Amino acid sequence: MKNGMTAEVHLCAEHAQERGLLLPTSEGPALAVGKLLERTRTPPPRAPKSCVACGMTMAQVRESGLVGCPLCYRSFEQDLSGIIERAQAGATAHAGYHPAHAATLVDRAALRNKLARELREAVAREEYERAARLRDQLTQLIHEPGGSPACGSEAETAERAGTAEQPSDTGVSGGGRGT
Amino acid sequence: MIPNGNQRPGENPFKPPLAGASDAKPVDAKRSDVWGAPRHLGAMPAPSLPPLIGVDAGDVREVPMADCVLSSRVRLARNLVGFNFVNRSTPEQLADVVHRAQAARLSGPFDAGTRWVNVQSTSPIDRLMLFERNLISRPFVEATHPRCVAISADETTSVMVNEEDHLRLQMLAPGMQLSALADRMIALDRSLEHSLEFAFHPRFGYLSACPTNVGTGIRISAMMHLPGLRLLEELEKVQRAARDMHLAVRGFHGEGTEALGDFFQISNQTTLGRSEHDIVEEFVGVIVPRFVEYERAARSALLERDLPSLDDRVQRALGILRSCRLLSLDESIKFLSRVRLGVALGRINDVERTLVDRLLLEVQPAHLARLGGRELSQGEDDRAARADAVRGALRG
Repeated sequence: MKNGMTAEVHLCAEHAQERGLLLPTSEGPALAVGKLLERTRTPPPRAPKSCVACGMTMAQVRESGLVGCPLCYRSFEQDLSGIIERAQAGATAHAGYHPAHAATLVDRAALRNKLARELREAVAREEYERAARLRDQLTQLIHEPGGSPACGSEAETAERAGTAEQPSDTGVSGGGRGT
Repeated sequence: MIPNGNQRPGENPFKPPLAGASDAKPVDAKRSDVWGAPRHLGAMPAPSLPPLIGVDAGDVREVPMADCVLSSRVRLARNLVGFNFVNRSTPEQLADVVHRAQAARLSGPFDAGTRWVNVQSTSPIDRLMLFERNLISRPFVEATHPRCVAISADETTSVMVNEEDHLRLQMLAPGMQLSALADRMIALDRSLEHSLEFAFHPRFGYLSACPTNVGTGIRISAMMHLPGLRLLEELEKVQRAARDMHLAVRGFHGEGTEALGDFFQISNQTTLGRSEHDIVEEFVGVIVPRFVEYERAARSALLERDLPSLDDRVQRALGILRSCRLLSLDESIKFLSRVRLGVALGRINDVERTLVDRLLLEVQPAHLARLGGRELSQGEDDRAARADAVRGALRG
């Protein structure tokens, strides 16, 4: 999958090995695929991760039930998303009002969600030229100062589709001062 | 209204603390950071207590659902940009948060006057009094770090600084007044934005120290009086409805406290995915009316099925309160609850509901001690003093 589009490629074993899609093995392709799947099933343990601002670790968050600073929500976004969703009866996104100073963040998030939704629709309809334009707009938005991936599931989906880059800032209003 | 404290006009009463400062100070009822200038309470008439929050403001008979709803409360959790959360902050950082909060302009209920109380240096009895009035939480009483609370002149509104979150804004009112409270709370919040920048995430909303409070950060509560359901042993209805509607059911003083005398605080558990308006409207239009309907149906059943038994229960409770010589806190709340039921059903006609509600506050340990001009001491048996106070108030 690239730029939101799936391409099917037929390769011989030799070329597949060149592209890293198949492990070189003397035991045959079937066993190599099995090993790959095995790796998928038992991922290596993740290294302890700490908040970029306050140094809190996810283990500490789990133990205390509290995060250390606003940027923990960025640092542990994936872990916290699940916790929050369970605690909030399945809700995943804010639906209330927002502070005036966060208007830009909120507008940008809304625009990103809109573009991501349109991109998915364009791909589904095989409107590839339009999809390419939308992809470029989305990429540009993310690269602008203030661009952030932390703005909703649809935008994240688009990022997983290949448009995501590391954001230029945190997308969180309220970085911790650090301890 | 809380009397002014020791500070001179214009002087900031909060003297930041600080690191290493201890809350363990000798109890001294003659001096008070909260309730007035140093004075000998024993030589003065008992201080006239301000109204119990949520039960005595105006004519309670005109407050909707006052027969079943003791009080309404709306709370917001907010945190400041640029600071770690309270649990991850140093005492110096927390003192800085206090200064920022005190420099902010508090409007609305605070226009008529604001009382800042340095909870860290306030005497234990005053801290407990604030807690008994529901102006601060139990963890806020017991913490040792720099913290303070702003209280509006009419005591309807308080802002705890450095509770679990940097700011916990809270408004209380008697009976069922959640819509009006929520409107006033949101106006106060929007006004505070002009002087404080709150941490916000476009997806998670307002950020809080506890991930389960993100989103609107709003907590809507109603203190329900449900003696009818208790007597009919139908409280399971409440528990079931609460589960279905994702509500928390707590005790007399909120989180971590037990239900006393048939009083139950119900509040929303979810703060994300719905607007403030929708959360409030569900309480106003669905949740509270449903519990009130259950309770009123139970009271009707009690009246119809076995009136002598009901009369015996409420009159016996009143009789005990009027004649006892030793009265524990639990007993007092239990019997006052029965009397409140009798008053609401017209079975007791010589006691006002507002008096019962005032006594629900005054029987609590710190208020009882302060009213009697006594110091608060651990382990002291205050049952005799409580019995005297209640007997005196209910004298026919």
